[in-house]
Amino acid sequence: MRHILSLLMENEAGALSRVSGLFSARAFNIESLTVAPTEDPTISRMTLVTSGSDAIIEQITKQLNKLVDVVKVIDLNEYRHIERELMLIKLAAKKEDRDEIKLMVDIFRGRIIDVSENTYTIEMTGTGEKLDAFIATLDEDMILEVVRSGISGISRGNTAIQS
Amino acid sequence: MAKKRELLRGAEIFCRALKDEGVKHLFGYPGGAVLHIYDELYKQDAVEHILVRHEQGATHAADGYARATGKPGVVLVTSGPGATNAVTGIATAYMDSIPLVVFTGQVPTQVIGNDAFQEVDAIGITRPCVKHNFLVKNVKDLAITIKKAFYIATTGRPGPVVVDIPKDITADTCEYDYPDTITLRSYRPVAKGNLWQMKKAAQLILSAKKPMIYTGGGVILSAASGELTEFTRLLGYPITNTLMGLGAFPATDKQFIGMLGMHGTYEANMGMHYCDVLIAIGARFDDRVTGDLEKFCPYAKIVQIDVDPASIAKNVPVDIPIVGDVKNVLTDLIDLLKNSNDKPDAKALKAWWQQVHDWAALDCLQFDRSSQVIKPQYVIEKLWELTQGDAYVTSDVGQHQMWAAQFYKFDKPRRWINSGGLGTMGFGLPAAMGVKLAFPDETVVCITGEASLVMCIQELSTCLQYETPIKIISLNNRYMGMVRQWQEFFYSGRYSNSYMEALPDFVKMAESYGHVGLRIEETSAVEGALKEALALEERTVLVDFVTDQTENVYPMIAAGKGQHEMHLSTDRELA
Repeated sequence: MRHILSLLMENEAGALSRVSGLFSARAFNIESLTVAPTEDPTISRMTLVTSGSDAIIEQITKQLNKLVDVVKVIDLNEYRHIERELMLIKLAAKKEDRDEIKLMVDIFRGRIIDVSENTYTIEMTGTGEKLDAFIATLDEDMILEVVRSGISGISRGNTAIQS
Repeated sequence: MAKKRELLRGAEIFCRALKDEGVKHLFGYPGGAVLHIYDELYKQDAVEHILVRHEQGATHAADGYARATGKPGVVLVTSGPGATNAVTGIATAYMDSIPLVVFTGQVPTQVIGNDAFQEVDAIGITRPCVKHNFLVKNVKDLAITIKKAFYIATTGRPGPVVVDIPKDITADTCEYDYPDTITLRSYRPVAKGNLWQMKKAAQLILSAKKPMIYTGGGVILSAASGELTEFTRLLGYPITNTLMGLGAFPATDKQFIGMLGMHGTYEANMGMHYCDVLIAIGARFDDRVTGDLEKFCPYAKIVQIDVDPASIAKNVPVDIPIVGDVKNVLTDLIDLLKNSNDKPDAKALKAWWQQVHDWAALDCLQFDRSSQVIKPQYVIEKLWELTQGDAYVTSDVGQHQMWAAQFYKFDKPRRWINSGGLGTMGFGLPAAMGVKLAFPDETVVCITGEASLVMCIQELSTCLQYETPIKIISLNNRYMGMVRQWQEFFYSGRYSNSYMEALPDFVKMAESYGHVGLRIEETSAVEGALKEALALEERTVLVDFVTDQTENVYPMIAAGKGQHEMHLSTDRELA
């Protein structure tokens, strides 16, 4: 099963490689990984999407907690939560296709953030599934470049992860 | 009153921090990146530097020192090859959760990443085999980083910590302040067990009809042998130890039924297979213990006590996990058991012991005592008798290691020192040297084979220089014995590259290093040779026992088999 893990960790050089090294050394899956500093500059927050049986997810969580740089690990699947991913996508936009693209972007609540003679660049956020759905509406030949951020997640309601 | 602050160079800070940390021995080898530090070491006498002959020897010696004393082993090596040579020893300590603090020199910060002379990414290379590592980027961080390193290495589940120090840091100056204590928000090992879990565990333990206590190196690391002994005697249950756990409970006690696992005793493995309650303490269900996981302990409810949550239920599902320091948990469990209205089921226990004794009656460790050709088991049995089971015994890896574990009955913890997890050949000799430095008045023996011994043979020089008179018992069968055994069993006797051709003359070798060498070829001479070696208290002695080439380690569970599927010997199979 797919799990979204949220980590708070010391904002130290090498902390990221400890996490990624752990996943490769122990043959755990890693679907996506995002990391950036938080409001506290000494702490980074990582969102990590992985998958595995309950036993494997338990082991992943424990091994992450064991890393000396990791302050806290939360399995967001245990909470009501929201996940979002940012996608930047560059499309070949011929004159005759432009209206259709614009319409689809509006339906998916994206934004066209750059326009050139032959291209549109679109910004879109949502769950990974939504972004996949948008891509599926496009003609493959139209897609010039896709950049996805990987999933970021946060719990709903009053629950807040703090160090 | 504010502490008096002095302005010190990084190299001075290094030496002062080690002194303030109470370090007595530093195992190391100099080189360009650590020359400032070596210059400071020259000027002080609080820390004795032990010059090894290869950095692998430094880490193994520090490791042996740590295993014997319970204190962290400390190592200093230079950058590049100094660091890479140390890696095998670091990984060895990591697999067995041994506290080491390893300082690696690094090229100056300005040239890091430039492929400078003797530059290697020590942090990157060691990351997968350390508990934690640090690169010191400012001299102001040096003292606090050293404090953190010792704290992390020695607390919770211990392990090696590497501190990489660029050369310019050792020349820069700052005020020296070494904190007495430290806390880290991201690292807080659990000390006490959860009371609710322990109550449930006590209940299950007392309800057992066929109980088994299975303990590992965690008991020794936690200094909980006394508690384990009390706990085991209180219950009257059979106990088995892992390879790493030998000595935590007295091997000569009637409740001890031998080591378990691939070359464990028949009674221990059968007891594991048929038990209904398994009490696992500081043991990690290693594959050499469990055999086929599908067939492991099919009838047992399992209680597991471990300081490392990640160790619990890693390989085998557990019914009652207890996270906490073994010593604390056992102390609390003993209280709970003593205050419980329930008592162990005496009738069921009697029947269970009868079953265990029936298994033991097969005498799975028998060997030919009438043989003229020296049987390796005989050498170890004699050694055990002559040292009254009280020596510090290190070993290398292979058949001799298994025979030592089977035939030297350890009654005390920290006496048996071997590379269990990583299985590092070459460990025994430098480790023995480290032990002897820690305990100059104790008998320290390295049980080895001719293949393992030569892997760190250069440390014989160190033994001479620092007057560490150890006894090297080499069981020389002219083969990599364990490889040969597997080739005999599983590769139809095709002995591919397991024969040790062109062996040196070990007697002359010992002599050339300034030690005593003996070569023994007959069983009748074994006892005399051991006595002679032990009597030479001031000398390192290498005894080259020419042993039976065809002897195999039995009993054995082949890899991938269940614990109840043992081979007793070539000519004794079970029905």
